[in-house]
Amino acid sequence: MMERDWIYKKRFGIIVLLFIVCFFGSFLIGRYPVYPDTLLKILLSSIFPIKTTWPAQAETVVFQVRLPRVFMAAMIGGGLSCAGAAYQGIFKNPMVSPDVLGASSGAGLGAALGLFFALGYNGVTISAFVFGLGAVGIVCLISSRVKYNPVLGLVLSGMMISSLASAAVSFLKLVADPTNTLPVITYWLMGSLASIRQKDVMFAAPWILVGILPIYLLRWRINVLSLGEDEARSMGINARKLRFIIVVSATLITSAAVSVSGHIGWVGLVIPHFARMLVGSDYRRLLPASLLMGGSFLLIVDNFARLLATSEIPIGILTAFVGAPFFLYLILREGNRL
Amino acid sequence: MELTVKNLEFGYHCFPVLKGINFSFNKGELVCVLGKNGAGKSTLFRCMLGLLKGYHGEILIDGMERRHFSERELAGRIAYIPQNHDTAFSFSVLDMVLMGTTASLPRFVGPGQKEKDRALNALKLLKIDSLKDRIFGQISGGEQQLVLIARAIAQEAKILIMDEPCSSLDYGNQIRVMEELRALSQKGYLIVQSTHNPEHVFYFAHKALVMSDGKITAFGEPDKILTKELLESVYQVPIEIYEDRKSGKKVCMPGGR
Repeated sequence: MMERDWIYKKRFGIIVLLFIVCFFGSFLIGRYPVYPDTLLKILLSSIFPIKTTWPAQAETVVFQVRLPRVFMAAMIGGGLSCAGAAYQGIFKNPMVSPDVLGASSGAGLGAALGLFFALGYNGVTISAFVFGLGAVGIVCLISSRVKYNPVLGLVLSGMMISSLASAAVSFLKLVADPTNTLPVITYWLMGSLASIRQKDVMFAAPWILVGILPIYLLRWRINVLSLGEDEARSMGINARKLRFIIVVSATLITSAAVSVSGHIGWVGLVIPHFARMLVGSDYRRLLPASLLMGGSFLLIVDNFARLLATSEIPIGILTAFVGAPFFLYLILREGNRL
Repeated sequence: MELTVKNLEFGYHCFPVLKGINFSFNKGELVCVLGKNGAGKSTLFRCMLGLLKGYHGEILIDGMERRHFSERELAGRIAYIPQNHDTAFSFSVLDMVLMGTTASLPRFVGPGQKEKDRALNALKLLKIDSLKDRIFGQISGGEQQLVLIARAIAQEAKILIMDEPCSSLDYGNQIRVMEELRALSQKGYLIVQSTHNPEHVFYFAHKALVMSDGKITAFGEPDKILTKELLESVYQVPIEIYEDRKSGKKVCMPGGR
C-alpha cells in the first residue's frame, strides 16, 4: 500500500504545476491582449535590462492592473483555504469555514460603517480589518468564560456575534441613502477583486502572510489536535494555546482578505475538502495543497469574473455558484468518508 | 514505586466526586479499576492524566507531584489510551502512531525518520506492523485499540491509563487486547484500566481497585478481594463466583436462579 503515498505525491506535483500555470496564465486574460512572449519579456525586464519592444500600455496593464490583482487572488484564495483547513482541524469538523467565528461578518460590518460614514477608501479598508479582528476578539472573550466545553463556546458565540453583525449591516442598509450609499454597500459585500491596486497588496498581503506562517509551521500539531482536546493534551500538546494561535492567525487572514476584497465565500470550506480528497488528511501535505489549490481556484474564478460579462461579475457570487454545487458533489461522492 | 495517590479529593462545582483516594501502584503491574457508572473512575483517571486541575491531595509520579510537570514532561511519563473511536479525518495507522511522538518534537517541527522508527517499533511490539499503511477508520475495533496502545508505546511513557479499552470489542478482540496488555506489564509498563468485566480482572490483572461513590472500597489481589459479597454490593445484582478446578482461575456468573 505504498502506492497511496506515491499517488498523493504525484497529485501534489500536479497541484503545484496547476498553480504555476494559473498564476502566469491569469496575466494573459482580460480585455487588453497580452501575449505570452510579451508577458515573459515584461516580467523579466523588471530584473534584467531588456530592450523595450512592447507598447508602454502593455507594461502598465501587466504591472499596475494585473499583477496586484493576480497576486492578491492567489494570496486571498490560498489564505482563506489555509485558514479553513486549520479551523476544520481544530474544531474536529469538516463543515467549518474560516468565517465561523465571525471574522467575515465583523469585517463586513466595519466596511458597511466605513461606507456609510463615507470614510474614504483607506478608511473603509482599515475599519473592515479592525472590526473583523474585534468580532473574533469578543468571541474569544465570551468563550473563555465557558469552562467545560471551550470549543462549543467558541462556535456558539461565533454564530451569535456573526448574526449580530449581519443584523447591524441590514440596519445600515435600511437607513443608508438608497441612491448612492446603499448600492455601494451592497456591491462591496458581494466581494470583488476588480478594484485591487498596489496599495491593497501593501496593506493586506503582509497580514495574510503573518497569518499563514504559524498555521503552516504548526501543521503537524493540527493533526494531533483534530483527535480531540483530551487526547491532544495527553500527548503533550497545550491545546488551549495551540487553538488560540490558530484562531488569531486565521482571523488575521480572513479579516485582511475581506477588508480588501469584500466577502468571498465558499473557498475556505470547499478547497480544504477537495484537497483532502486528493492528498489525504495529514496536514503536513494537506496544508500546502490547500494553499496552492485555493490560490488556483480563486485565480480561475477571477478570470471568469473578468471575462463572462461586459461588466465585471462580483467574484463572491461566482464562488458561491461554483462552490455550492461542487460541495454537494463532494458530499455525494465521499459520503461519510469526508 | 511509580504512581502514588494521597488523599485525593476533587469536585465539579462543589459537588464532590472523589472523596479521599489513597493508593500506590508499582511498575510491571496491570491494575483494573472496577465500579459502577458514576463511581468516579473517569474523574480519577482525568486527574492522574493532568486533564483536570484544581484537585486537593497529591498525585506522585516517580515521587514527583503531577502539578510540577509541564504538559510535555507529563506526556513522557503517562499516556492516555482512549476507547477506540472515529476520527473526524482519515489518518493512516502509521500517522496515528506517529502522533504519539509529538511531545518529544520541537514545536514547529514534524516527525522525521527517528520518530518514524519509534512508531514502527511500537507497531512491531504489538505485532501489527502489517497494518501501518491502512486507514485507521477502516480497520477493526480490536485493531484500532491495538494501534492506540502502540501510539502510547511510541510516546515512551511507562504508565498507561486506559478507559474501558474492551467495552466495544467482540469477545476475541477483548482477549487479544488483554493478552497484549498483560505482556506489556511484564515488560515493565504500569497499566491502569477501568473495566466492567470482573472475569478480565480475575484472569489478567495483578491488582484490582474497587471504587464506589468516590471512595475506594477494596484494593488488592483480585482473588483475595473480589468476593461474591463485594461484587453484589457494587453492582446490586445477585452474583456467583466459581473456581475452575483445572486452572484455579475464578469465573463470575449471574446468580439467584
